[in-house]
Amino acid sequence: MSSTLNVNTMAELMAKGEKPEVLFWVGCAGSFDDRAKKITRAFVKILNSVGVNFAILGTEESCTGDPAKRAGNEFLFQMQAMTNIQVMNAYEVKKIVTTCPHCFNTLKNEYPGLGGDYEVLHHSQFLQKLMEEGKLKIEGGEFKGKKISFHDPCYLGRGNGEYEAPRALLEQLDAELVELKRCKSKGLCCGAGGAQMFKEAEPGAKEVNIERMEDVVEASLNIVAVGCPFCMTMMTDGVKNKEKEETLKVYDLAELIAEGNGL
Amino acid sequence: MGLENILFIVAFAAAVFLFSKNLKAIIRNINLGKDLDISDNKLERWKKMILVAIGQSKMVVKPVSGLMHIIVYAGFIIINIEVLEIIIDGIFGTHRVFAAPLGGLYDFLIGSFEILALLVLVACVVFFIRRNAMTIKRFKMKEMLGWPKTDANIILIVEVFLMGAFLKMNAADQVLQARGVEHYVVAGSYPVSQFLVPIMENFSSGYIIFLERATWWFHILGILTFLNYLPYSKHFHIMLAFPSVFYSKLKPRAEFDNMHSVKKEVEIMFDPDAAPAQSEGPVERFGAKDVADLNWKQLMDSYSCTECGRCSEQCPASQTGKLLSPRKIMMDTRDRLEEVGKGKDKNGKDFSDGKSLLGDYISEEELWACTTCNACVDACPIELNPLSIIMDMRRSLVMEESKIPSELAGMITNIENNGAPWQFSQTDRANWINEE
Ligand code: SF4
Ligand code: SF4
Repeated sequence: MSSTLNVNTMAELMAKGEKPEVLFWVGCAGSFDDRAKKITRAFVKILNSVGVNFAILGTEESCTGDPAKRAGNEFLFQMQAMTNIQVMNAYEVKKIVTTCPHCFNTLKNEYPGLGGDYEVLHHSQFLQKLMEEGKLKIEGGEFKGKKISFHDPCYLGRGNGEYEAPRALLEQLDAELVELKRCKSKGLCCGAGGAQMFKEAEPGAKEVNIERMEDVVEASLNIVAVGCPFCMTMMTDGVKNKEKEETLKVYDLAELIAEGNGL
Repeated sequence: MGLENILFIVAFAAAVFLFSKNLKAIIRNINLGKDLDISDNKLERWKKMILVAIGQSKMVVKPVSGLMHIIVYAGFIIINIEVLEIIIDGIFGTHRVFAAPLGGLYDFLIGSFEILALLVLVACVVFFIRRNAMTIKRFKMKEMLGWPKTDANIILIVEVFLMGAFLKMNAADQVLQARGVEHYVVAGSYPVSQFLVPIMENFSSGYIIFLERATWWFHILGILTFLNYLPYSKHFHIMLAFPSVFYSKLKPRAEFDNMHSVKKEVEIMFDPDAAPAQSEGPVERFGAKDVADLNWKQLMDSYSCTECGRCSEQCPASQTGKLLSPRKIMMDTRDRLEEVGKGKDKNGKDFSDGKSLLGDYISEEELWACTTCNACVDACPIELNPLSIIMDMRRSLVMEESKIPSELAGMITNIENNGAPWQFSQTDRANWINEE
């Protein structure tokens, strides 16, 4: 597998007097979480293979403020938002793509009121567009014929009404697509949203990700596809908890496409 | 005008007076909430209300209870045409006053009312059995113990009796019509109550007149009493469901409002010149500690909530045994609002009892169990938003009282220090490019 990625920062392009077509917002998980970094790399491989002219903010990117806002700290959220907006507006950013539904929601819906107006796409939507424009061909490869379900992230599905883009991509894998018992608007949360990712769950009878994993196990899948780095963490933990590591894999949409295409 | 008419007028006027008084108290309570301008997108709001509230599009997600609910709802509205006739008859001493002007249509209407009444009766019996004899988890959760359960049962039982009285009244009327008793004009068709006729055939006309009058009075007094029961009951949703849906959020569910009060301060931090020369008005409290810190829409929603528990049934926290139940959030809000309202009635408008919604009704543990997943909002048949109340209370906890779980405090510090919720240096942000 080729491991050199072709990634420019906004600053580098600016120095050359260039502007990218789209800003890839990597997000904190995508930048720092070991598992999520694989998703980031897979997505960049696809962008490189298609020849998308993109850039990242690199060290100029800072948390969108989503977890602070959901944890009730509106001050910190707005401080983060204003900082990021200043940076992005200085680069005259018009279009953003991100692999994290939480960043996606915040950038798309909550930044405009603070002076940051951008066209924001989740990577599933961006990839769907590339596919429809004929630029991206999804091969499927090793995933052909595998039994796959998509676990809807709350902030993409219920939160922003996007259920179709991820499914449109998965269909191209030539896999056996099945729906989980609770899906789309009735999809069950993985348990990480609302800043839960960063704390122990409150006392209860069960962890939310285990409850969700039971839906997944019931569907007897080979692969559960996710579209969010936090869902990735929760589902991966769930698989471990159910001791299904051998037979059940968790992949992000970008990974399925990149690996299926042999990237 | 006979004594009966005078009695009726007195009862009717008293019921209307009492109801308007209760209604005023509720409107006053709702107005204790903060202002919020929701005057945008009128057309879209009307469409949504017609679809979701009148059309009950979200009720049928559960086909059986949804369909039965539509029957009871349609029955309730349509049978009210009959109530109008009863009121006119009651005031003027007429009998079946609509019969002559409506002619054949009247027969059709009465016939349809009877069929609806039977359907409503059956639906209410089934609802009663579902609630009491079956184990449907959402009806058994702990916030439903005691009064909420009784309330639900009272409503169902009253409906059954009202419909029963209506049918029995029609049965008696038919017999009297057939016997040509004076005052009982021949009118109406009785597809259901005809089956009750044989029970009465051997009774004397005097006794049947008594039965007819008794059921007539029972029916209308029952309805007037029910009207005045509404303000104390979850059944108030039959009125407020409509404005609640009309004013519900149209934006993407995951979009949370940017707090205006915070925005002002953050703007000043970024641009000190933006600071106003003088502070404008009293300092706003951040978030919601008590009901008066919530906005009027959130308070109105607490009165619209019909305690169906569809929200809690879908809530990941409730499902996994956490303390949080979004339905309880709505119920607590209403209970606390009622308490504040009563306190103000008794002790004047500056009354304070030292209690608050946050703390005395809703605990921190409940608030921190929420994943902000929006399942509750999506599940609610009338688009109520328990999540917005949860979020406003979290804001109060964190920004007013600095109460936050320690791991979250760590996460906040990390964002402040290094722009990420974890302890990684900002300079390492792009390291992934060269790692495999
Ligand atoms: S948003 Fe919170 S209260 Fe509502 S369903 Fe999700 S976890 Fe439960
Ligand atoms: S908030 Fe909505 S779904 Fe929840 S109990 Fe009330 S009416 Fe039912």
